Amino acid sequence: MASYVLRRILVTIPVMAIVALFVFSLLYIAPGDPAAVIAGDQASPADVERIRQSLGLDQPFLVQFGGWLWRILHFDLGTSIFTNLPVTSMIAQRIEPTLSLMLLTLVMTLVVAVPLGVVAAWKAGSWIDRAIMAFAVSAFSLPVFVVGYVLAYVFALQLEWLPVQGYTPFSEGVWPWLQSLILPSIALGCVYIALIARITRASMLEVLQQDYIRTGRAKGLGQRDILFVHALKNAAVPIVTVIGIGVALLIGGAVVTESVFAIPGVGRLTVDAILRRDYPVIQGIVLMFSFLYTLVNLLVDLTYTLIDPRIRY
Amino acid sequence: MTDVTTSSVSVPPGLAIAQALPDLMMPVKVRRGVVGFLRNNPTVAIGGALLAILVLIGIFAPYLGTVDPTAIAPAKRMRPPSELYWFGTDALGRDVYSRVLYGTRVSLTVGLSVAWLATLVGLAIGLVSGFVRWADGVIMRVMDGLMSIPPILLAIALMALTRGSVGNVIMAITVAEIPRVSRLVRGVVLSLREQPYVDAAIACGTRTPMIILRHILPNTLAPMLVQATYVCASAMIVEAILSFIGAGTPPTIPSWGNIMAEGRALWQVKPYIVFFPAAFLSVTVLAVNLVGDGLRDALDPRMAKNI
Repeated sequence: MASYVLRRILVTIPVMAIVALFVFSLLYIAPGDPAAVIAGDQASPADVERIRQSLGLDQPFLVQFGGWLWRILHFDLGTSIFTNLPVTSMIAQRIEPTLSLMLLTLVMTLVVAVPLGVVAAWKAGSWIDRAIMAFAVSAFSLPVFVVGYVLAYVFALQLEWLPVQGYTPFSEGVWPWLQSLILPSIALGCVYIALIARITRASMLEVLQQDYIRTGRAKGLGQRDILFVHALKNAAVPIVTVIGIGVALLIGGAVVTESVFAIPGVGRLTVDAILRRDYPVIQGIVLMFSFLYTLVNLLVDLTYTLIDPRIRY
Repeated sequence: MTDVTTSSVSVPPGLAIAQALPDLMMPVKVRRGVVGFLRNNPTVAIGGALLAILVLIGIFAPYLGTVDPTAIAPAKRMRPPSELYWFGTDALGRDVYSRVLYGTRVSLTVGLSVAWLATLVGLAIGLVSGFVRWADGVIMRVMDGLMSIPPILLAIALMALTRGSVGNVIMAITVAEIPRVSRLVRGVVLSLREQPYVDAAIACGTRTPMIILRHILPNTLAPMLVQATYVCASAMIVEAILSFIGAGTPPTIPSWGNIMAEGRALWQVKPYIVFFPAAFLSVTVLAVNLVGDGLRDALDPRMAKNI
């Protein structure tokens, strides 16, 4: 077990190195002159040159990459062109709302999507199944901001149940914090719920055809025991995998959700950085989220061994 | 199989009509041709019909009662939907109906171009990876790395380094979609290589290019087609998201994401500016997803025996 965990962690290191190399190379493989693009149309040649220097585009690739990698290993993601603040501290200031939003969405998704998928598989072919799957297809087609605006319009503007926009920090109380995040989480979670409900249903359908389920029924196990203990446990591996992969949806969606609901998080920072063409900030955010994503999927891989003792790599 | 119904067992009165009209009792007909396929797969038909309407809207946008989508008219700012302005006007007095209709072109162009490009490049990479042993490890590690970057963020980073244009949006989204397609192709190729008919072809002395062309490619078509529809749907959403947050098509182009981005500041008082492009985007993505789901069900080899 310990050796497996160690090996799996070691395998992650080259993946992260490739991510870092790729994110870094973007500056070089992008068509045209990135320094000129970042400087904008009104920039003087001196401005362009200054940006070229601050991005390190005037030095050899490997020299730059080596230095950059060394700084990253020390949690130094560079300096913003616009504010001259370290990118790491800019992200740190904005991380709380984003992590709150993502965690709450994750919890809500699991609580809603897995039972939906289980019920759909249990009642396969019935109207309940059809309704759940119809919901899943439509939710999958609704972009985050569409759901966000509709929810905000109905529940915040018309019914006035919840705040329209903004974010209340956790330190100012759990309830206000939760209130400010309910609508954004539902908007962000819609696609994710659809995805996980679908994979849960598919995985459950396969397991429910197994002989041991028939044995369980034959010996008189209750429906709930069969579904949630015997079937769901064996159907868990693909579900957990998709939960891990789906975190990419959460990360991408968070950027948009934060703009719709005016939440001052990392997503909002990304949008501001795009408008100001502040590339070091964008690069830092992309790198941080990619590492987060890789770590989540490492955790997912490690939980396989807990869920299914047969899995040993 | 039809003989079962004409046995000597006495027929209940309710079914008497069936004997009179044997056609009614025919087993499921094997339907052929495009029409037959659509009748067997209503999801594809519904999605395809919706999509066809949207394509026509895109092509004939100038003839559908639209005005110049970029014409600014400060005197007619923020008019609510009416007989004159079907979807109202935006903060600059531009006709939202015209803008939304012209936006169909942008969305469909991006969706279809990305689907084609990502499929072609992904197919090439996947084939190389599946056939060239020494390249496989390298290519797949690179793809693992690329897949570890959430697609929207990768597209944002690429767009931050290039000038906003439809071509660059297509390029950025394609790069973000390629890893998934290549992984899929590689998986299919690896499983096809183990098939006895491929072994037989090798034993006959068929050269590798011919094996790829005759035995591998035709069998990758079905999963690729399904994957391409999903890539198309996802590309349209990503394009709208990029434009919405200011990293997509330039603001001068009326794309749905841009229209929503411009309506964002006003959405609490003038929700219709955001609502109409949002509805069009959702319906379009739904149509593409319906086609994809229908094709998947129709082409999935595990379901094939039912047809």
